[in-house]
Amino acid sequence: MSDTKPMCLSGKGVTKVFGFGEKKTVAVDHVDFEFREGELISIVGESGSGKTTISKMLLGLISITEGQIFFQDKPLDINTRAKKKKYWRDIQAIFQDPFTSYNVFNKIDQVLLDCIHMRGGKRFSKEKKLEMMTEACSFVNLKYAELTNKYPFELSGGQMQRLMIARIFLLKPKILLADEPTSMIDACSRATILDMLLNLRNEIGMTIIFITHDIGLAYYISDKVYIMEQGKFVERGTADEVILNPKAAYTKRLISDVPKIYEEWDLSTVNSTARA
Amino acid sequence: MKNTIRQVFHSPKFVVGFSIFVLVLLSLFIYPLFVPGNPLQMVGLSSFSEPGTYVSVYDAIDSEPDIMKLPEADAKRLADKLNEEDRAAMKEWLLLIGIPEADIDTTDTKSLLKLWEEKYDPSLKPAGMTMAKRNYYKRLNTNLEQALNASEVVIATENAETGALEEAKVVTDTDYINTKDVINSITLPLGTDNFGRDTLKELVSAAKTSIMIGLIAGSIATFIGLSTGLLAGYIGGWVDELILFITNLFTVIPGFIILILVSYGIGQENRGATTCAIVIGFTSWTWTTRSVRSQVISLRNRDHVNLSKLSGHSLLRIILNDILPYIASYVVMALILQISTAILAEAQLSMLGLGPKTTEIPTLGLMMNWAMLYSAHTHGYWWAYFPVLLIIALISFSLNLMNTGLDQVFNPTLRD
Repeated sequence: MSDTKPMCLSGKGVTKVFGFGEKKTVAVDHVDFEFREGELISIVGESGSGKTTISKMLLGLISITEGQIFFQDKPLDINTRAKKKKYWRDIQAIFQDPFTSYNVFNKIDQVLLDCIHMRGGKRFSKEKKLEMMTEACSFVNLKYAELTNKYPFELSGGQMQRLMIARIFLLKPKILLADEPTSMIDACSRATILDMLLNLRNEIGMTIIFITHDIGLAYYISDKVYIMEQGKFVERGTADEVILNPKAAYTKRLISDVPKIYEEWDLSTVNSTARA
Repeated sequence: MKNTIRQVFHSPKFVVGFSIFVLVLLSLFIYPLFVPGNPLQMVGLSSFSEPGTYVSVYDAIDSEPDIMKLPEADAKRLADKLNEEDRAAMKEWLLLIGIPEADIDTTDTKSLLKLWEEKYDPSLKPAGMTMAKRNYYKRLNTNLEQALNASEVVIATENAETGALEEAKVVTDTDYINTKDVINSITLPLGTDNFGRDTLKELVSAAKTSIMIGLIAGSIATFIGLSTGLLAGYIGGWVDELILFITNLFTVIPGFIILILVSYGIGQENRGATTCAIVIGFTSWTWTTRSVRSQVISLRNRDHVNLSKLSGHSLLRIILNDILPYIASYVVMALILQISTAILAEAQLSMLGLGPKTTEIPTLGLMMNWAMLYSAHTHGYWWAYFPVLLIIALISFSLNLMNTGLDQVFNPTLRD
């Protein structure tokens, strides 16, 4: 893995503090990071270590208390709604819980149409839009004909998460922030979803920031791994460096906590795609 | 959406409350179709006429009578003349002159009168009886003799020249006329109020006005509360602080006091029903704001809102599309409660004399106010205030029942 690829997202001294006075919580504590284009970066840490906070800061959903994020080597400027809207064309997310990710009052068609509109397809003909939606659905092994006029809550968790990937397929962002996309899903669907995610990455060549608590999974799929403990990155490097030769005590503990079953878990499809 | 409505109509509490409310509303709209006319028209010149059908005596005399002989007619007339007090007094006198108590039956008018006829002697002076009491008995006896004497009644007209009375008609105790033949008659199911107005007609109009006041005030309060709550909760920051500050100001000062002051400030002449409704609406939005705000705060960091933001939706669209539908059920509940509160607030204000002006349109509160001012409650004119109370209770009961039913549907922890 060369570090010569152009910089995509980086941060210097990024800090987020919630509350003030006695209730003050430092969720993310002066972290630096460098995410390069086309990489798959995993941020691994236990619950409450600040993974989700950092992802929300990267998405511009919450403000940064201190420090600066750089997007393509320029300081990130998302002070106005128009600038934010522009930024969100380049960065998209998949959230942890598919059951709460959708507005239950909107039909599935609406979700997909919004994506087409965001990519400037507002004036496309009806047939063209339909074709795009069908294509996106078939990419994630869903049939558009079965989904139309249905509500998201009528689908299973795995289907919902696949629909979320179809959304990314339509949006074609430069960066995808996947915040534990498989943690609420059963093991079988998990492999399928990871497979699709990695296929999508190959298709549109985007940077993926994969947030997970599962260090085994991170090892199999990622180029770079950041280990996060209590708001700080305690260790970083390529997957091999970090997992096979851990230096920080916290990383060692995380690795020793991985249940044995993960080593025997057949992730061949995922593995081959990730290494491809 | 369809599912939710079906669920709502399966809640027994909601259905009962809804049916009561619809029945009340229907009768309020149907009754004026059968009994048209101005509800504030004074039909009676005397106040607080009892409920019943009134036929014109003048027209009744003019009508051609049929002869009938009802078996109990005389006895009924006598019974009507003798009230409980007189019967007790007669018994007292009879006991004094030594008639055994077992022989006196005050409920049997015929035997009591017979006994009285035989034994009463005005010259008798029982020991210890005052002059006044003896005179009372003499008057009572005269009355009874007149009642027993079934002579004809002569209707006479005065001769315009001589001033002498001339016999026009003779009415005997067997003359009957059909009430249909009496040209002028009026049925007052709830009598008249202090101004001589038909209470039922007034009540129907008043209930309609009060419900309208409730609807206007409730909608205004819900609209203000909803929009401020949504803005404060979703935008946060200084907008939240400002709205919360104003809301707290209104919450700390009791709403009813503001209501009284504003109503007084507007002045009696300018207070129509609509003005009153608007004033009530503008003083009762605070709780809606607070609760909507807290609901929105818990919603605004949900993933579906984040996703909507990432899809580049505008602020208005996120609020209307991703926040409002989630609190819609809550807002409907708040609206129903606001309507019921506003109806009660109008009644309270009017009781204090700060309600809508009295000359245009009756409201439930005004009717209560009039009944209280003219002491209907101390004189036992129940028809002037009890039906009003019943309607207020029925409306607010049905609305609250609907609210509880909705609460149970939308809040599964409350289901039985």
